[in-house]
Amino acid sequence: MKEILEKLLLMATDEVKAAKSLKELEDLRVKYLGKKGEVTSVLKNMKDLSNEERPIVGKMANDVREAIENLLDSVKEDKKRIEMDIQLQTEGIDVTMPSKKSLRGHKHPLNVALDEIKEIFLGMGFKIAEGPEIDTVYHNFDALNAPVDHPSRSLSDTFYINEELILRTQTSPIQVRTMKSQKPPIRIIAPGRCFRNDEIDATHSPMFHQIEGLVVDKDITMADLKGTLDMFAKRLFGSQTRTKFRPHYFPFTEPSGEVDVSCFKCGGEGCRFCKGSGWIEILGCGMVHPNVLSECGIDPEVYTGFAFGMGLDRITMLKYEIDDIRILFENDIRLIKQF
Amino acid sequence: MRVPIEWLKSYVDIENLDDKTLMDKLVLTGSNNEGSYKICEGIENVVVGKILNIIQHPNADKLVVCTVDVGTEEIQIVTGATNISIGDYIPVALNGAVIAGGVKIKKGKLRGEVSNGMLCSLEELGFEGSSIPKEFDDGILILDQAYPIGEDILKILKLDEAVIEFEITPNRPDCLSMLGMAREVSASFDVPVKLPELYNETAASEVETFASVRIDDPDLCPRYAAKIIKNIMIETSPLWMQLRLMQSGMRPINNIVDITNFVMLEYGQPIHAFDLHSVSGGEIIVRRAKSEEVITTLDDKDRILTDEMLVIADKDKPIAIAGVMGGANTEINSDTKAVLLEVATFDKTSIRKTSKDLGLRSEASSRYEKGVSVELPAMVVDRVCHLIELLGAGEVVPGLIDVYPNKASRLEIPFRVERINQMIGSELTAQEMIEILKKLEIEVIDTDGLKAIPPYYRLDLLKEIDLVEEIARLYGYDQIKMTLPKTSTWGARTNAQLIEEKAKTELLSSGVDEILTYSFVSRKDLDRINLPENSLLRNQVELINPLGEEFSVMRASLVPNVLEVLSRNYNRKNLKAKVFEMGSVFLPKELPVKQLPIEKKMLTIGLYGEHEDFFTLKGIVENMLSGIGVEGYYFEKETHSPTYHTGRCANIIWGDHILGTMGEIHPLVQEEYSLGIRTYVADLDFNLIMQLSRESKLFKAIPRYPAIERDIAVLVKDETTSYQIEQLVKASAGALLESVVMFDMYKGRQIPEGYKSVAYALVFRSEERTLEDEAVNKIFSKILKALEDELDAQLR
Repeated sequence: MKEILEKLLLMATDEVKAAKSLKELEDLRVKYLGKKGEVTSVLKNMKDLSNEERPIVGKMANDVREAIENLLDSVKEDKKRIEMDIQLQTEGIDVTMPSKKSLRGHKHPLNVALDEIKEIFLGMGFKIAEGPEIDTVYHNFDALNAPVDHPSRSLSDTFYINEELILRTQTSPIQVRTMKSQKPPIRIIAPGRCFRNDEIDATHSPMFHQIEGLVVDKDITMADLKGTLDMFAKRLFGSQTRTKFRPHYFPFTEPSGEVDVSCFKCGGEGCRFCKGSGWIEILGCGMVHPNVLSECGIDPEVYTGFAFGMGLDRITMLKYEIDDIRILFENDIRLIKQF
Repeated sequence: MRVPIEWLKSYVDIENLDDKTLMDKLVLTGSNNEGSYKICEGIENVVVGKILNIIQHPNADKLVVCTVDVGTEEIQIVTGATNISIGDYIPVALNGAVIAGGVKIKKGKLRGEVSNGMLCSLEELGFEGSSIPKEFDDGILILDQAYPIGEDILKILKLDEAVIEFEITPNRPDCLSMLGMAREVSASFDVPVKLPELYNETAASEVETFASVRIDDPDLCPRYAAKIIKNIMIETSPLWMQLRLMQSGMRPINNIVDITNFVMLEYGQPIHAFDLHSVSGGEIIVRRAKSEEVITTLDDKDRILTDEMLVIADKDKPIAIAGVMGGANTEINSDTKAVLLEVATFDKTSIRKTSKDLGLRSEASSRYEKGVSVELPAMVVDRVCHLIELLGAGEVVPGLIDVYPNKASRLEIPFRVERINQMIGSELTAQEMIEILKKLEIEVIDTDGLKAIPPYYRLDLLKEIDLVEEIARLYGYDQIKMTLPKTSTWGARTNAQLIEEKAKTELLSSGVDEILTYSFVSRKDLDRINLPENSLLRNQVELINPLGEEFSVMRASLVPNVLEVLSRNYNRKNLKAKVFEMGSVFLPKELPVKQLPIEKKMLTIGLYGEHEDFFTLKGIVENMLSGIGVEGYYFEKETHSPTYHTGRCANIIWGDHILGTMGEIHPLVQEEYSLGIRTYVADLDFNLIMQLSRESKLFKAIPRYPAIERDIAVLVKDETTSYQIEQLVKASAGALLESVVMFDMYKGRQIPEGYKSVAYALVFRSEERTLEDEAVNKIFSKILKALEDELDAQLR
């Protein structure tokens, strides 16, 4: 039996070493060490041995069994490595193939730009005020010191519902409503849709969007107006942005001004966006006219304030280099998906 | 307002300023511009020449051959011009010259004759056709003097300077004049204004023997000054005057008309000249027109007047529409021997209305309607007379008729130094403010505090706030500090704004894109979504003056807008689209509209795409609602909404309220919008939804014990809804049921007609112990029994 065991060990060693896969190793384990395996059957025949031989052969059989097991384990470990290497080698992928995106929706570009502007003003202590798209001639013109015969009131400029009701031409009526319903200190921005009787073309739309701002309190100065708008411009267009305040005229503010920002496309060197001037006009502003404060029930001797307004469509178009306003209202998802 | 710098220089000394410095500084003091240009930009090598000889071209009937002295030599030039004569001084483009439009002139042969250059017209020098006088319309410019031969024509005619196009704001009508702009230059650069030379009256008045003026309606005509010029010699005006007019965009006509236009451009005061002999009895009557009175204006059109309009009349007939346009019956012509000059002030509102009602605008009316100072007429008359004498255009009759019944009093505006500093945020002294005001010819007196007296031409200065602006702009906006308001307010969105943002965020994360569409729409939109004639939404807010039918009413529903956008995307081959709009609809409180209509915020979602169906949309709606904390709503089938597929439409119900309607759109609507694919729309009342939003999230412990899952499949009648089954399962299962979710629905083979097989996954769990099968089996039997008893279900 000793010879048989020695022979088995030699055979198993050869076969294990020659095994090509984990499967073959497993088969060999069964062949030699399984319940009906060859080493096992040697042990089963031990009962035929003498009492003296039994422990010796028993030990020997166990040694052989252990040797085969160790051999199997070590070869198995090597084989596993090799197989894993093969797996890693054969499973290579092209990492430049397209990703699996979960498709999210996109905000309209006008609202993407508006959100940015809202965040800036919220951070500066402003609240967001809203008002109706249809408003009164009183809120839109009269209370804002607009002369009775001002051309902007005409049918060729403003959409009328009846003699007293119109589609607001600016978001200023929200300012009026706010001043009439709240006591200073007031600090709001008023974004919204506005309407003017313009034929549709690449730069005109009968519906457009404005954002206006209003600050009313004691001791509000033009210096505050300048500081606020300069900070806004730097936040929106980058900290290197410079602002230029020029006198202008609006009936509802005095003194009034327009604000140019250094061109955020070329940094002020001159390009097609700033028409070579290095500056882009972006805002109208001024100190709230005392007539407007009085009309809204605020004593202009006690309080002063400033207001400003800008065109959201224009800013959006400049920012994203959209050259035709009509595209904004076509809502082709290939546009919207870009923002 | 076009301002030729060459002309401006005759009122202010700005020789040492380049154009850019001039313009940049004026922008900062309040005179913005739309750029500047040179009429003769790019024109080179065009010189003064003199025609020495003209002979017929040997080979061409319509050409002549000229010998022209150009200073350095005598050259031969072939031309087709017919208005030239020997001895004329003309502009000559030499060989190598560049004329308007960048055209290069080269010597060559014309029908065999050498031509060494070209004689130039005004158009070839860069002038617009519309401002060129008729006599030079298609001929060579004949110079009116013996200018030095060979000199650069641009230098000689002062055409090498730019014209600035100023943008004049409505509060500064005084700047619609050369003098007004000169005053702005004066204030900005601290240089004095040189006023134009005026006529100096010496002789005793004789004017009364020629004419009289009577104002019947002084409310519309505060002042009327008239002057008589006799022995008129109608001629062309000198070239310097013509060129200034042309550069300002006005076509020269003749000396009298040109002088009136010239002075109008100088002072901003319109002037009219009547042929005196056509004015019956020399009597000028300023009165309201009679109703339906007719006048033929200078443009040869008959105008029917109303009794609100002011006319200038003689004793027989109207001879002008005051401040708007003269009458053809008193127009000056080549036979005119004497003229009556009218320099008057008219009420601006009346002029605006008349001009608008007649649809007739003129240089005069556009100035009057913005406001012209009542102090101007006397000095403007003297300026006109000076030029008439200077040009030898006629003989000024001594004496002025000046009807000015209520002389305007001088305005004094009290102001406070500290108030002005407080508005600007500056620290100017009284003296500094007075200095600034002085530059603007605003006088300051100190009686009971400081008072400012604005100059006569500044009609916009009425109150202290107007002085704030004047001081701020001349002090310089760029000099004002930058500070932030000291007020402490905190910025925050309102609750409603937060909910709206959250709802949008949910929609975006469900893959829905945001759209924005017009608030005004066509009435036909509601036909397109199949709404019946008597639908309440048909009561729409209508515009009086829409851009067209397609923008004529305010939208009462966002559904057509969303479908239109889906249709556009579908037809542009976008294979799938999911969009939403959050916006207002407009519902009138009464018709015709009297009060502000109700503006209701709606959220409308629409989608199409190969794998999309009703339940895609339902999921989007549910995600949005749960995202803003709306619970306790359910979907109920709706079969009567005409916009939707009758079998695939639901209302979303919360208590007694309908939060919205959603479903697959009706095939007819789908067809109407050229959508070749099933399309789904949800139309939600966001105002209402917002009120149901609750922020009440509480932590629920993560389960510690395992769950037991059981599936159940039953056969039920087709009309049994999933909602009914779920409710019944929940009611009969008790607290250990964690969830019930349908995972299959089958109709067809092996299922009897009118029935369906539905399968649900039930999850049971206890929070206190590990459940045993036995306990679940009991509950399961209870559920089954309930389904059998109440819904006639059979276990499969």
